[in-house]
Amino acid sequence: MAHSAVAHSAVAQSKAVPQQAVQHHAIGVYLWVWALLFVLSIFSYMVDYLGFEGLLRWGLITFFMLFKAGLIVAVFMHMAWERLAIMCAILLPPGLLVFLMGLMAIEGNTTFLSRLGF
Amino acid sequence: MAYVAPTRPAASQGLKGLVSDWSSDQRAFKNVPWGKAMMWIFLLSDTFIFACFLVSYMTVRISATTPWPDASIVFGLDVAGKPVPLLLIAIMTFVLISSSGTMALAVKNGYEKNRKTTAILLVLTAILGATFVGMQAFEWTKLILEGVRPWTNPWGAEQFGASFFLITGFHGTHVSIGVIFLIIMAVKVLRGALDDQRPGFLTGRKGRYEMVETLGLYWHFVDLVWVFIFAFFYLW
Repeated sequence: MAHSAVAHSAVAQSKAVPQQAVQHHAIGVYLWVWALLFVLSIFSYMVDYLGFEGLLRWGLITFFMLFKAGLIVAVFMHMAWERLAIMCAILLPPGLLVFLMGLMAIEGNTTFLSRLGF
Repeated sequence: MAYVAPTRPAASQGLKGLVSDWSSDQRAFKNVPWGKAMMWIFLLSDTFIFACFLVSYMTVRISATTPWPDASIVFGLDVAGKPVPLLLIAIMTFVLISSSGTMALAVKNGYEKNRKTTAILLVLTAILGATFVGMQAFEWTKLILEGVRPWTNPWGAEQFGASFFLITGFHGTHVSIGVIFLIIMAVKVLRGALDDQRPGFLTGRKGRYEMVETLGLYWHFVDLVWVFIFAFFYLW
């Protein structure tokens, strides 16, 4: 009863006002993402448990990390349903951090080499 | 409940929508309560802080001439006499992911105005968060007893301790603050303060169920940061 009343008023409001802050998603979406995050975490733990080394290890760790991060941001944080304006404002600036990471990797290698030299 | 924009109706989605959102009067972020937009911007700044910590960890690890301690041994636990690598960290990861799951369900139930379910899920999230902090305290105690300090440790590069305490400490602080706010929000929900739109203790703002989502954003962010710490600090 109460549910249908709420749903009804939400529908009525969405007709009256095209802009709605309220989000409704099926519970299945969350449960799926939850399960996927569990599975991906098990996989990334297995990378260490099975003792993978070198490029395979780093590649797998990075892949699972970015996959998990993407799921959390897109579904749990509802970014997939936001407007492009807020997506760009929030998701683009961290891209600069890749640049910082690259610079500091070069810097770190230089420090390492000069430490070996002296 | 619904957010009413003071200007003309939102433009269509896509690139055109983006341009028209950004060039419109007063507000660039349509369709979201300002609290949510501001939480996003706060989280963006927090992203940069955590990234600076992780990048400096990378820099000191690259430039260290002594070998970096092997995380899977340092953070391993003995189960029935057998060493299992990273066991505690794996459990902590699952606990935090589960708390993110309960938080997502709390937000969903909040929007559906299921007062009791929302409150129970918020309390559950807080309990899982507190469990995480408890396990982190156990881990810190174990490492400190083994002689790890910010300036030294028994296994290798000295910078290990400094990076470990800074990064996990800052993350743990975030989790602890989150737990406090989860409890406050659970009490508010249980009292019906969000249903009756009662203003809060510190603010004159009316209670709304979107506040649960704003808190949810913070909590998911804490989980998000842990994904990166788990990958870069513990697994790398």
